[in-house]
This record gives sequence, C-alpha cells and structure tokens, in this order.
Amino acid sequence: MAKKINLTIDGIEVTVDEGATILEAARNLNIHIPTLCYHEDLCVAGNCRVCVVEQEKVKNLPASCATPAAEGMVIHTNSMKVRMARKHIVELLLSEHNADCTKCYKNGNCELQGLASQMLTGDHLFLDLVPDKKYTIDMFNTAIIKDDSRCIRCQRCVRTCEELQSVSALGVAYKGNKMKISTFFEHSLFEVVCTNCGQCVNRCPTGALIERNYIDQVWDAIYDPTKHVVVQTAPAVRVALGEALGMATGKIVTGKMVSALRRLGFSSVLDTDFTADLTIIEEGHELLTRLKRALVDKDPTVSLPMATSCSPGWIKFIEHTFPEYLPNLSTCKSPQQMFGALAKTYYAQKRKINPKDIVSVSIMPCTAKKFEANRPEMRSSGYKDVDFVLTTRELGIMIKQAGLDFEELPEEKFDSFMGSSTGAAVIFGSTGGVMEAALRTAYEIVTGREVPFDGLNIVPVRGTEDEVREATIKIEKVKPEWSFLEGVELKCAVANGLAHAKTLMQNVRDGKATYHFIEVMACPGGCLGGGGQPIPTNKEIRTKRKMAIYEEDLGMPIRKSHENPEIAEIYKEFLEKPLGHKSHELLHTHYTPRKRY
Amino acid sequence: MSEQTLKRVDLIFGEYSNEKYKVLATTLERTNEEILKDILESGLRGRGGAGFPTAMKWKYTAETPGDEKYVVCNADEGEPGTFKDREILLRVPRKVFSGMAICGRVIGAKKGLMYLRGEYKFMVPELMKELAIYHEHAKMLGLDFPIEIRMGSGAYICGEESALFESMEGGRGEPRNKPPYPTTSGFMKKPTVINNVETFVNVLMIMRLGPDQYKQLGTTDSRGSKVFSVSGDTPIPGIYELELGMPLDRFVDEFGDGDTKAVQVGGASGFCVPRKKFKDTVIGFEGVPTGGSMMIFNSSRSMYNVLHNYLEFFEEESCGQCTPCRVGCQQLLKGIVAVKKGEKKAVYLDQLMKLSESMKITAKCGLGQSVANSFSSIVNNFKEEMIY
Repeated sequence: MAKKINLTIDGIEVTVDEGATILEAARNLNIHIPTLCYHEDLCVAGNCRVCVVEQEKVKNLPASCATPAAEGMVIHTNSMKVRMARKHIVELLLSEHNADCTKCYKNGNCELQGLASQMLTGDHLFLDLVPDKKYTIDMFNTAIIKDDSRCIRCQRCVRTCEELQSVSALGVAYKGNKMKISTFFEHSLFEVVCTNCGQCVNRCPTGALIERNYIDQVWDAIYDPTKHVVVQTAPAVRVALGEALGMATGKIVTGKMVSALRRLGFSSVLDTDFTADLTIIEEGHELLTRLKRALVDKDPTVSLPMATSCSPGWIKFIEHTFPEYLPNLSTCKSPQQMFGALAKTYYAQKRKINPKDIVSVSIMPCTAKKFEANRPEMRSSGYKDVDFVLTTRELGIMIKQAGLDFEELPEEKFDSFMGSSTGAAVIFGSTGGVMEAALRTAYEIVTGREVPFDGLNIVPVRGTEDEVREATIKIEKVKPEWSFLEGVELKCAVANGLAHAKTLMQNVRDGKATYHFIEVMACPGGCLGGGGQPIPTNKEIRTKRKMAIYEEDLGMPIRKSHENPEIAEIYKEFLEKPLGHKSHELLHTHYTPRKRY
Repeated sequence: MSEQTLKRVDLIFGEYSNEKYKVLATTLERTNEEILKDILESGLRGRGGAGFPTAMKWKYTAETPGDEKYVVCNADEGEPGTFKDREILLRVPRKVFSGMAICGRVIGAKKGLMYLRGEYKFMVPELMKELAIYHEHAKMLGLDFPIEIRMGSGAYICGEESALFESMEGGRGEPRNKPPYPTTSGFMKKPTVINNVETFVNVLMIMRLGPDQYKQLGTTDSRGSKVFSVSGDTPIPGIYELELGMPLDRFVDEFGDGDTKAVQVGGASGFCVPRKKFKDTVIGFEGVPTGGSMMIFNSSRSMYNVLHNYLEFFEEESCGQCTPCRVGCQQLLKGIVAVKKGEKKAVYLDQLMKLSESMKITAKCGLGQSVANSFSSIVNNFKEEMIY
C-alpha cells in the first residue's frame, strides 16, 4: 500500500497517497485550482504557472500541478499573494495573445478566455505585446490550421505529439521572447511528418490549433438547389456528438443525429457504417487471400502481417515512418472513401442522379479524414469522392447555427440504401473494433460457424489505451475449401495511439513479434478519441464513449457485416464479388512513401 | 556592520603541490565520513552564487541509494560580468579535476562530467591534455572515476542546473520542475552532485589546509575566499581573489575610479548597490552574495541604460517555457521604455515593481526569479533616472 501523506489545504486536512500532487490533493477536496498547461493525458510541464499556490514557510509559490504533496504542508490556494500572482500571469498571457475573441473559432470554448472572465482581467495591467510580434498563421494544410498569434506556449500540443503519438511534428523553437511552437525548419504542417491526427487540436486550450472548417461550404451546397447533398456519419460520431451540444458524456444519439442532419437540409442521410461492413467483406477476403498465398502457394512476396487501413492518421504515419511496410497495409480504402466512391457511382446510378450534381459530405470524429479526402488518388468515381469532411465539432456548430434543440429532436432512421449497418460496423469506432468485426466475418466464412466467443464479443481483441493488445484465435473444423487453415493459430495485434503503433511496428521490424493481422488506430482509444471529437478529452470521457459503442453494438439486430442485407444487394447489383474488378477500381487504393521529417 | 577589511588571498590560484595529484592521493586515503566532516566543518558554501552548503549537497547525494551517480562540474559561466571560472580552468584545472574526483569517491559516482561554456571551446585542447594526466594518476591511485568534457552551445539558461542536465542529455535547455532535486534526480535522472568550478577547487583547498586553517578566512556565514571578476569603471579590471565578508566601501576604495556611483554585485541577476549604501553592504551570504561578478559604474553611466541592457539580455535568454519569465521580461523592458518616453506615467513603475515581485515568486527557475533583483534594486535606487 502506498505511503500516506497528510497536509492542510485552505484549512482542511487531507490525506493522499505519496506521490500525489498538491493539485490532486486539492481536487480531492473539490477545491478548484485553475490550470492551463496541465492535461490529464500528458506528463506534467509546470510551465504556465497559473496553478501556483502559497505554501506556508516557503518564500516562492509552488506550481501545484508539479509539486508533490509533502507531510505537514500547509497550503493556501486563494491567498492575497496567490490571487495577485495568478492575475499577473493571466494578464501576461493575454498581453502576448491575439485576443480578438469574437473572430476566433474557439470563441466560447477557450480555456484562456474562461480564465480571463473568471479573473475579471479587464484592467489591461500591462502593455500589448502583440503588435511587436511577427506572428504567422499556417493555413496551407487541408486539415489543421496553426495560428501562432493565439498560442500561449503551454506545450500541450508538443507533449501530445511526442508522448501520445511519437510523431514529434511539433516542437519548441527559439528562446526568450521569440520562443514558439514550430515544426521542422518551420515548414507548414502540410510538409512535415504531421499525420493530421488532430490530437493536438483536442488538447489546445486556445484557438492556436484548430481544424480547417468547411461549415460554410457545406451550407452553400445545401442551399444550392442544383445539388444533391448526401451525408455519411462515422460510427464514433454518434456516441460523442451529444457532448458538443450540452448532453452528458457517453450518450448514444444516433437517432437525434439523423433527424438533425435531415433538418439541416441534407438530401439524403446515410451511414458510413454501411461501408464499414463493406470494408470488412473486402478486407476479410484480402486477409484470407494473403493467408492462402502464404500458406498454400508459399509465395515469398506476400506481405504479412496485414495491417488495417481505416485510420488515415495511421496511414500517413506509416508512409513517413515505416515506408518499407506499405505493402503490408490492406489496399482497402477507409469506409469514408469507399462511401464517397460509391456515392457518385452506385448511388448515383440507382437514384438516377448525375454524379456531378452530388455533393458528398462526411461527418467524422477525425481531422485526418480531411486530408484523406483531399488525396489525389481519392477520385475513383471520376469526381472528388468526398467533397467535404466535417468533424463532430463542426456538426455540433451547424446544429447550433440552425437553432435546433438537439435533445428534444425525435429519433429517426437513416435513409436507405447505403444506410443500413450492423453492430460490427458500429464498433469500428473503438480500438479493436475493426479486428473484432473482421474476425466475426472471416471465422464464419472459413468454418461456417460463429466465432467461439460468448455473444460474439471477442473481448481479447478489444484494445486498451495502455498497451499493444495481442490475441491468438485458433481456427478449427474448417470448411473443405479452407482446409489449409485447419489448426492455424491466427495471431492478431491491436494498437491505438501512434506511440503504441510505433512500438508494434518496431517489434514487427525487429522480428520480436510475428502476426497475421494487425489493427492500428492513430488516436487514443480509437476513433472515439479522434482529433475531431468534442473537447475536452480524457481517459474517463473516452471510456464512457467506448461503453456507449459496445452498448450500441449489442443493441443492433444484426451484428455481423456479411449479414447486412444491403451488402448482399450491392454485390448482386453492382460490385459482383469481393475483390472483384469493380471493387479494385472503386474500393481499393495505393500508398505513397514519404520522408521522415 | 563588518569590521573586516579587504584582504587579498592566494588560495585558489596558489601553486600546485610539488607532486602531481598529491592532495588527491592523500585525501583518498581518508574515509568518506572524514572528508565530509572536514567540508562541513569548513562551512563551505557553493560558489556559483546561491550558496548551498556543499557538504549537505554531497551528503544527500551519497545517501540516495543507486548504483549510477554522477558528478557534474558547472563550467557554463554565463552570468554577465563573470569570467573567473575561465581563469581557474586556464590556470589550475588540476585542482578542479581533483575536487571532482574527491566528490566522486564520496558520493559513489563512477563518472564526472564538465559542462563547458560554448565560448570556452578554445580551452579544450589544454584541458584534454590535463585530463590525460589526471586519468593516468587516477589509474595509479586505483580510482575508477573518468571525467568527460561536454560542450554547451551558448545559452545562458543552460547554467541553471536542471537545464544543464537537459542540455547534456541532448534535450532543449529548459529547467525542470523541482523537486526532485539533483541530489535524487539529476543527470540522466540519477543522483547527481552539481557544483561550480570554484567550489571543487575550494574542496581541494580544504583538504590541503584542513578546515581549521580554511576557516580563518571569511566570516561565520561566508567562510573562505572568493574569486571576483572586477569590471566596469575601474582602472584595474581583472580577476582577484579576496576574502569573503568585506564591506563594499573598502572594495570600492580599492577598485573604483574615485567616482563610483553604483556597483552591480552578482551580475545581471544580482543586486545593484548605490553609493549611499556602500558602507552598510557586506559582500557575502549574510549581505549581498555574488557568484563573482562585480561591475562598477561611475557617475557618467545612465542606470536606465544599465537596466535596459540587462532586461534585453533576460528577454532573449529566458528559455521561454514559463509565463512569468518569458512574458514578464518583455513587459519589464517595454514598460521602462514606455515610462522613459512618457508614453506611460511614472506610476507605471509601481505596477512593474509588483510584476517583478510576482516573477520572483512564481517563475519556474532561478533565472525568472532573479530578474527582480536587478530590476527592483535599480528602479528603487535610481527612480529619477528611469523617468527623466
């Protein structure tokens, strides 16, 4: 058992485990100490100094986030000295900060603004330093915009990029008054190793890192009578959108989301989950084909382990960091891009609409999807397959703009076709979900039986944020045509967060681990913790979203992708067969090796 | 007020013993406890400026469990107006290495590192020659304590001990949160003793003379002598080894040009003492401490310009990570300019004084905390010059 430490905060005695900080001890007492650079997901920096407190018999004010509680400490969180110091610090931050809040995308959702209003910093104690600075805005990226004039140098983004994602696209440059958050040789985020995962956006307390928003373009398309605007929604959006609209965390809002989208004026409200099911069929067959080539044909050129390709942050990461492993990526496009390609082909034909008049919009928990939609290869329909990608947050803003009372909206159903889905598609939103969905289908194709797990719940592959998850599934009593798989132990690994992905790939590269199939999601917790999800984020919030996702899966009448009736229909009417000619043309892609800086 | 007078000393720069590494050899014959006891007895306090008792620092590190420990010599002499470590390393490097080796034995470290100021690169060939001799003798003495030189790259902040560790580990020179202190988590997050160049030499001198003789020098709070870097309006600028605890007026009598208006004690991060306070100011830990820098200004100097110069220095040399230091320095500089130009009323100086007080108690490291020293001492004593 951990040693106990007794201290006094604002006259109240409290006991905490050894190693706990003053801030944690205060939170146990429901005493709120303001913070800025502190974030639950990240290591302690102690650099904004907003959380300073007064410790009796100590001259300086320690930063409560960085100072461990010690026996007998007497702390005051709200003394005269503390209030003055804190006010000075917030005023200093504001003096360096472009504070035209009404022009800021984060207006109303900014931690600095919140603190400023709390402290009544209207005095402007100090001189305005902004005119002296040569702040720049990086607007070149299709996914993320970096505005240095709004940066408070808390380094949350730097720590996110390094610790959670091991990408280190963002770092600190220069010192003193010129100190700034920058990239390799100050290139645009577009030109460096940035994966567009948006985890920095999720953790930026101000408007310095934001998604490039396409809200006005989407409104324009909706109001254009010549356009048919289809919208698809990713699985993780429906368990988080409520948060952006004032609802409790972890609420499933699928039906309300559908009715909101309809009221916003989208011509057709469809579901990315449909193409998630389709991904499973294509990717499952691709895996089985690779296994056959490896085990039966003894083909030395076949690349195993096969890696999932749904997460565009992961794709860009592997293109930069492990380009020699690009052949290991499944050639399947992500569900978003499969949907886009089908919207302007299959859907257009069936609905007898000229594809040039279709505007395809997707609602994603993700910022990297914006980059993905703008990849030059994503035009297999002959048009840009997905025209605009909106994050969960942007959809939240549109719903507010339209004046909808989200909580009171009725529950509605997706349009058909390309609107029906299964539980297997829903769990794409959580780490391990693609793996589980693929196994539910592949195992059944090979054996004719359901996966041998209680209630189809393949718990061993459900990822955690703490480690790379490994699982082995033994394949037995197979159908005759799959006899080469009899007794094979299928080795799988699941990773979320690019730091874990890097560990996983290093193990594969160094021969420390051999797998058949690996699933990687770029963001902590998978898409539910995506860079386009409502802010704030922390482990507790992500866990609630995760529980909601599995709850949604359990509640679905169909829970295996291959049983989705619309999937059978699309193969019959349009695609012919998995991995067929049309599939290759529309649903599969290729990747580009990139440099490591 | 101290009755002491100015006394020149020849301890630090005194001649080597006739045999190479003789004091080291005799010291190593004694137990760690005896060595620590002598250092404690001597009253030695760190010579970098902060004055932490050296024996305690060593004792804490020795008591911290761990197989991997380090001795680091801080030779990143960057304080404006300080150039004494340069002289020590040029003239008596052997004493520095001996002091480090003694520390290594006492705390159980297997390695010593010297973090050398980037601008002192020219010394490296000579130091390497001396290190080769040291390693030869260490081998003969059966001492497994190699010493390495690591180069700084010119950032002032890297003289701050935890930023120095970050820099040596290949990171960006940014101070760490304290606690933990270096005694438990220093270089490579291992228990580390980090001392100034001069401190190590003092240890060797205590070993040579014994604590009793060493204690003859200085005052109760400030034992021993100190190497001073004297610059500014003086006919005899240079390096002087003087007894600690002297009154400033005696110092000015000796080194001033007859028209001394103020002395900046301890460099840009130290205190400015005006003429009227010379008599009451003692140079030492009981009065105004210094890492060695003594800058003398005569009546032709504008103290506004002096302060402006310091603030420009801090504005640029702050690492930039913590708010009070990064933005505070910019505000102080811009603020005094605005007052001087008449863009801000004179009372704005009071606002700036309060800000400097906040910086002193909230900045993450010694750099931001000590900006207030020169700021408040110059503004308080020369307010007129700030305004008109």
